[in-house]
Order: sequence, then structure tokens, then C-alpha cells
Amino acid sequence: MPEKIAVLGAGMHPWGKWGRNFVEYGLAAARDAMADAGVEWSEIQMVSGADTIRNGYPGFVSGATFAQALGWSGARVSSVYAACAAGATAINAARAQILAGLCDVALVVGADTTPKGFFAPVGGDRKDDPDWLRFHLMGATNPTYFALYARRRMELYGATEADFAAVKVKNSRHGLNNPYARYRKEVTADEVLASPMVADPLRLLEICATSDGGAALVLSSMEFARARGVTSPVTIDAVSTVTPRFPNTVIEMPNFSTDSGVSAAVVGLPSFRDSIATAAYEEAGIGPEDVSVAEVYDLSAALELDWYENIGLCKEGEAEKLLRDGDTTIGGRVPVNPSGGLSCFGEAIPAQAIAQVCELTWQLRGQADGRQVDGATVGVTVNQGLFGHGSSVIVSK
Amino acid sequence: MATKTTVPAVEGWFNLATPSTDGGQEQPPALLGSRCTTCGTFAFPKETFFCRNPECDSTAFDEVPLSRRGTIWSYTDARYQPPPPYVPADPYEPFAIVAVELADEKMVVMGQVVAGVDVADLRIGMDVELVVDTLYEDDENEYVVWKWAPVNA
Repeated sequence: MPEKIAVLGAGMHPWGKWGRNFVEYGLAAARDAMADAGVEWSEIQMVSGADTIRNGYPGFVSGATFAQALGWSGARVSSVYAACAAGATAINAARAQILAGLCDVALVVGADTTPKGFFAPVGGDRKDDPDWLRFHLMGATNPTYFALYARRRMELYGATEADFAAVKVKNSRHGLNNPYARYRKEVTADEVLASPMVADPLRLLEICATSDGGAALVLSSMEFARARGVTSPVTIDAVSTVTPRFPNTVIEMPNFSTDSGVSAAVVGLPSFRDSIATAAYEEAGIGPEDVSVAEVYDLSAALELDWYENIGLCKEGEAEKLLRDGDTTIGGRVPVNPSGGLSCFGEAIPAQAIAQVCELTWQLRGQADGRQVDGATVGVTVNQGLFGHGSSVIVSK
Repeated sequence: MATKTTVPAVEGWFNLATPSTDGGQEQPPALLGSRCTTCGTFAFPKETFFCRNPECDSTAFDEVPLSRRGTIWSYTDARYQPPPPYVPADPYEPFAIVAVELADEKMVVMGQVVAGVDVADLRIGMDVELVVDTLYEDDENEYVVWKWAPVNA
């Protein structure tokens, strides 16, 4: 097992549709994280940026962009792009340098500014880019893929429209008091089920919006934390950044097809989404039974149910029961998305996986006012980036 | 009105139906995939320089027509107009989308469903077959793409 690293500070800029430069959100989050850590910018030895392709070149090299905004200091710098998994990949870039002894304290930042409506591919005539082609040839948006999974869940496990609505109702309650959430309004199941159908069987209120936002973490070696008098910090115990295993037989965004299973065994092979958190649990030396709180990537209300099973909170086909029994509601056995999740945030792609860790940090410190999971000691995040980037982080205190 | 030229919306991903040269049956359209000459792994769209199978380092692939029939793995629709580069009809017409399991290739392939079939007509496990149909048109050309149609619908 790798050593743990400390989460010294967490900071976020509120999610919304602010329409400003993404650097502004990242900068605000970074300053909050450093203030929370009690670490000065001049002390930061490495800046790890989670990239966004949506904001042009400064977004492609976000590490340098945020470093410049904070004032050039000669720190080590890294910029990574892994779509929705970019935040976890940026965390892991900083963690690897800390564990290798190349630096003691690092700043991880991700931020995005998004246009209204469906996410669209990069512009131009890009006939060799599957992400461009799926829009052009099929009109397949992101909710198309979410809906294929949702329909499959209904068929295989008897999920109902009421179950999907119940996930949204739960998350809307969770996010009510979260000052960083974009949507802080309680919704009823009737309101969810009266919202327009976007991609059958998913309705508008069950699909995550696209948002502006920024999140940041200050990470350090345990030795650095102790030297600062932080004797019992929240720690990052594992970061999973796995790819799928061949053959991946579940259709994945933005692909036109799955792998072909003719030349390799499919039976017994864990699905990609199952394998993501499994790798994190193995690295941390724990199991899903040890988890007290989870932040999962609810791109749709239905996908949250898939994640319950994928991260081992229940067996396959039992997610609806877990939800209906209230186990994943704050106050239940293992609350999921106490932040309100993407349901209350909308997705700010490079910031989102970092925001998941910010939330769990506050949960484990007992600082999640109005949405606190009592006695939380171990948290897990899970997420997945386009084309095959797994992302899962385990934190404990 | 002059007849428009039929143009595939993407080159080399599918065959149009081809009339037989000897008076026999028309050859129906098909998706064009690749099959690894070493391990038999299929891919769509075609792979040309690597095999996805980690046990295989082949660089040789045959272009093969994929099964024209399959069963629905899952389905949905697009109630709202997708953003560009999708070229919508004016006015916009919602359409269904399916993910289809091909038994011989052991893979799932997506595609739009032909006009006039909506989600209420679809079921997981239903048999569908491949057709080539209009995706969009301009003044000179009709751009076509593969779509799926319920068998015997």
C-alpha cells in the first residue's frame, strides 16, 4: 500500500452560470484552499492543473494559467486532461510527486466556464474525431448515453421512473444548504416527473446541467502536515485512474460501438465501472463495507443507482432497494452525494472530481454545515472520463 | 426537380445497397468493420493499424461487412435538437436511437432508428435490421447514414 498524503486545504468557487473567465473561479478556489490550509502561495512547490478544452489554450495548459494568475513563483507545474476524470488525474499527478519525495506541498486546481445547453464537441469539420462524428452522424448527445443505461436498468432490475425521481428528490434535499451548489431548491417527485422528457426515460430534472465552477486542494506529505502542527489531517489513501479491460462490452460515450468479445473471455471480467473503485479499495487496503460516505458522478439520476452497485454499496440489482430504504440519504447507512451531487451542481468538468474530494474533506472534518454525515471516517469518490479514464479517490480521517 | 446525388455522410463506414449485376437479388447495405487477421477481433469503425485485443499485436485487418441484423441492447430518443455538427430537419423532428447487439461480432453498435418509429415501438431484445437512410440534405446532395429498423415493422 502506498503511504497516505494529507489534504491540508480545500476550496471552491460556487457553481453557477456566471459567464466569467474560468481562471477567476480557479483562482478563488485556490486562494480559499490555501487559506484553509494555512499555506502561503510562496510555499507551494507544485501546481497541478486539471485542463479544460472549452476555454481555449489557457485551459489546455491550466497549471501554468493558474500559476500565472497567482503570480509566477518558479513552482513545478503540471497540466492534465482526462475529460471528467481530469480532476482526479491532477490530484494523482500531485500525489505521485509528493510520494516520490519530489515535492512536499502541492496545489491542485480545476475550473471551467461552460456554454448553455448540451455539451457539444470541439468546433470545425472534424471527420476523424469520434466525439464530433457521434453528434454529426447520430445526433447522440451525452444524455443519449445516460438514457441507454437508464433504460437498461429498468429492463434488468425493475427500476422505475419513480426511482429515478427519488434520486433527484434526495439530492435536491442534500444540496439545499450547500453554499457551493448551483441549484438549492427542494423538488418533489411530482415536479421531477412533470419535467420535460429529454432522452426517454430521462427527464430534464434528472439530467445534470453544465455549470461554471472551480475547486482546489492543497495536498502535502504527512511529514509536512505534522511540521505544520496538523496531527490528524484528512488523508488521501488511494487514487484509482484505471482504464477499462478488454473487451469492454458496455457502450461508452462517445463511441459508436463496444469492443468485440470474439477473441477474449467476457464472462467473469468486471465491467469498467465496477473496476474503477475496486482498484481504489485495493490500493487503500479497505472494502466498500468500510465506506461511510460517497460522492458519485450522477450525470443522471439513474446513473447514481448504477454507481451504488459499481462501488460495492450493494449487490447488482439491489440499488433501488438501497435507495428506497433510505440507506443513501443523509442519516442512512451510507449517504451518497451529501453535497447534492451533480444534480445540485451541474458539471464543471475539470473541477468536478476535485470538488468531490473537497466535499468529502469537509464531511470527514465535520464541517459540512447543514448536510453533515455524522461520524464519517472513510469516503469514496467515483467518476469516469470520456474514452476510458477511470477516477476514484479514497479519503479517511 | 433534379434528382439529388446520394452521398454517404461519412466515407467508408458502410455500403449502400448495390444492385446485382446478373439480375439476381439486390445486395443490402451493411456497416463496414474490420476483422483482425490474427485473432478475429472485430471493430467498428474500422481499425487499420492496431488490434484492440491486448493479447494481439497484429497490424493486418480485413474490411468486412458486419451483421445486418441484431437485437436491441437499449434504446432512447432525442426530444430536443442536438447541437451542431448535427444537421437537423427544419422543423426539428425527434428521433429514436438504439444500441444493437450483433451476435456474431459480440459487440454493440449504435445508430438512429428510421423515422416513424418511436420509443413506444421499441423493446430491449427486439430484432432490428440495418438500412441506409437520409441524414440531411442540401441543394445538390442527399447525405445518407446507416439506421436501424424493426424487422417486420
